[in-house]
Amino acid sequence: MTTDTIDPTPSNPRAWLYPTPRGLYCAPGDFYVDPAVAVGRAVITHGHGDHARPGHRRALATPETLAIMRARFQDMPDTAQQPLKYGESVRIGEVDVSLAPAGHILGSAQAVLAYKGQRIVVSGDFKRRPDPTCPPFEPVPCDVFITEATFALPVFNHPSDSGEIAKLLRSVATFPERTHLVGVYALGKCQRVIRLLRQAGYGGRIWLHGSLLPLCKLYQDHGVDLGDVAPVSDAILETFKSAIVLCPPSAIADRWSRRFADPVAAVCSGWMGVRARARQRGAELPLIISDHADWPELTQTLRDVGAPKVWVTHGREDALVHHARGLGIDAEALHLAGREEEGA
Amino acid sequence: MQAFARLLDSLSFEPARTAKLRLIETYLRDAPDPDRGWALAALTDGLDFPAAKPALLRGFGQEKIGAELFVLSYDYVGDLAETLALIWETDPAAGPPLTLGEVVETLQSATRAQTPAILKRWLDTLDATGRWALLKLMTGALRVGVSARLAKQAVANLGNQPVDAVEEVWHGLEAPYRPLFDWLMRDGPQPRSNAGGAFLPPMLANPIDRAELDTFDPAHFRAEWKWDGIRVQVSASGGVKRLYSRAGEDVSGAFPDIIDAIDFEGVFDGELLVRRETVVAPFNDLQQRLNRKTVTPRLLREHPAHVRLYDVLRLAGEDLRALSFDERRARLESWMTGRERPRFDLSPLVNFDDWAHLARQREEMRADGIEGLMLKRGNSAYLAGRPKGPWFKWKRDPMLADCVLMYAQRGHGKRSSFYSDFTFGCWRDAADGGRELAPVGKAYFGFTDEELRWLDKWVRDHTVNRFGPVREVESGLVLEVAFDGIARSSRHKSGVALRFPRIHRIRRDKPAVEADTVEALLQLLP
Repeated sequence: MTTDTIDPTPSNPRAWLYPTPRGLYCAPGDFYVDPAVAVGRAVITHGHGDHARPGHRRALATPETLAIMRARFQDMPDTAQQPLKYGESVRIGEVDVSLAPAGHILGSAQAVLAYKGQRIVVSGDFKRRPDPTCPPFEPVPCDVFITEATFALPVFNHPSDSGEIAKLLRSVATFPERTHLVGVYALGKCQRVIRLLRQAGYGGRIWLHGSLLPLCKLYQDHGVDLGDVAPVSDAILETFKSAIVLCPPSAIADRWSRRFADPVAAVCSGWMGVRARARQRGAELPLIISDHADWPELTQTLRDVGAPKVWVTHGREDALVHHARGLGIDAEALHLAGREEEGA
Repeated sequence: MQAFARLLDSLSFEPARTAKLRLIETYLRDAPDPDRGWALAALTDGLDFPAAKPALLRGFGQEKIGAELFVLSYDYVGDLAETLALIWETDPAAGPPLTLGEVVETLQSATRAQTPAILKRWLDTLDATGRWALLKLMTGALRVGVSARLAKQAVANLGNQPVDAVEEVWHGLEAPYRPLFDWLMRDGPQPRSNAGGAFLPPMLANPIDRAELDTFDPAHFRAEWKWDGIRVQVSASGGVKRLYSRAGEDVSGAFPDIIDAIDFEGVFDGELLVRRETVVAPFNDLQQRLNRKTVTPRLLREHPAHVRLYDVLRLAGEDLRALSFDERRARLESWMTGRERPRFDLSPLVNFDDWAHLARQREEMRADGIEGLMLKRGNSAYLAGRPKGPWFKWKRDPMLADCVLMYAQRGHGKRSSFYSDFTFGCWRDAADGGRELAPVGKAYFGFTDEELRWLDKWVRDHTVNRFGPVREVESGLVLEVAFDGIARSSRHKSGVALRFPRIHRIRRDKPAVEADTVEALLQLLP
């Protein structure tokens, strides 16, 4: 394209990628990234509900993310689905689009958008520590890096996963007559916690709340070995003493939980690092296991991608913007519609 | 230090008493000496350090991440020690963390000027939980919901001893309590209770009602008024003077007026009250003096403490506990006569001919400061614990009010899926000329399991608003609330505070508009 050589100075990136009430819009490609409502063409970073929504006419995502969306949205027969593997590239309008691993959950990706010699990375949600259910985050050098800020405060220093799982197993040993009810988000956290338990050598059956089954099945179909898992509803003559039962966090306080033996309420979330938040959620055993980057990971990532411009979305933007400016980065907050912190 | 930190961390989130006991026992069993002894001291409030002041922690935090990020962080977390614990990063080069024993011993010999540098080094070696526990220890505020009594119960469990056996020797021991663990865990000798100002486990009474009373011969019993204060033990010997709560907690620090008035030796059982001239103040006034480590001159002046004695356990070096109540009473009376004892007086015996006569007197004494009657067998020895038979408490019938359920909150532990904490209110005139509900109290017991299930369902079906864990419900359910007393209170919106409120009955039959008014409650004020 001759235009590239004629106009070598990158234009203002906000001129071709900007927030709208429907979501982050890429004008030269006429598509949205993780839009908040149904649109004509969407690029989806991952399957969580605040990023992947039903009803788009066309959706581009990793094959895993599309599988997750089909499982959640009754097969999406009315959406034209365009799978794109990590590392492959496709041109939409005048924009080259590719997907890089984000390390958040199965299928999660960063959207890498290139237009007129300028590259913007929309990281979606990400984390940097190893996750046995998905490939690790890949830093992509870019001109603009759009980062999440869920845990963007220096107080968020998530401890090692293995230490938190050890805490759970220690509690099971201390209270063998009680059921350990572990609150997890159905997509990603659930399967990761099961894998972490297996890695820690826990070979026993892990019981599941019914709503966790479909996505566990999907992970198993994608080669994630969850070991012996069974729905609670299958139990016959089971007292659930010393059992580990996974359920959505809301089910812990639900009447559903009354069938268990004096349950210990464990909740897995990055928020559990702050005691007031853990108490608010009614956790007796808070486990700090997060699918989002903590403060050291966020700040390390800014260094790794080396972007001169950083846009900060959903979370505690103030602190990260302040920190990035201290590093000489041109940082600003970017307000996107429809982001939630649930399940972090 | 890390194991102790994990214990504090677990305790701070565990609501159930039995589970807390299990956690403490497990720690004490596994931890080596002297760590476990220092941990026990920390849990029973027996550690005294050169304190780390908030300004020091704030300074550390700002130095670490800059003032701006520190403000944002502290704002979010809301607790200074926790904020610092979270933002600090472990330095792998700083070496392994010290044991709790090393921490305590270092701090005890450190000067105030050395403390900051020592603290910084330790923060480097610990993880976030360890740092949090260390900072809580050094700021003197553990707040993990463990009473000294509970910690002692856990120790006693280690050796299958009753907690009173531990109480009996406790005040003769010092941290790190080596002889105590040797006795309970290694068949060592039982430590002797020979220290001055020792606590003797108290004798407790069982509740009784009129029907059961009729099965007893009134001539065998002595009656005393049941005062509305708190049960205490005055213990003075070998130059040591102490005031203990019923649970054996040393509350001397909060009551220097009582301690200063002790010019005798002996161990006495009595009721702690606030008394102005000769008038006993309501329980609310005493509450101002409780749960404090120190006390201001003004509080001493305006809320003077007083002990009303009703039994004597030791006198002139002699243990009187094996004597009968009548014999002990005679000793106590003769000890009291003949000389002025400011801040102490004698709880009088109530004379009665038969139970009906006593019942009449009990009804007549609705005056403030009387909760009911204590009945003690004249021939009863002083036995630790709550033996069935010798002592009874015959409480006044509770007061009742019909209140309207306003808010409900989920309970803890076994009750975490039930809305079991209820806030209820009474009617009053609103500014707009109509009527509104003003909350008058909160109760989380008094109902059966079946009633709880019903209440839980009612709350779920009639929720109009949610505030975090709290649900606001329609003004449509009347609860008959029982309570033992009522006082004016500026801290409550309605201006009244109920004492010991509990759900007495669910009045499904009564329309909410017919529930009581705040005004009607105020008429119950003494």
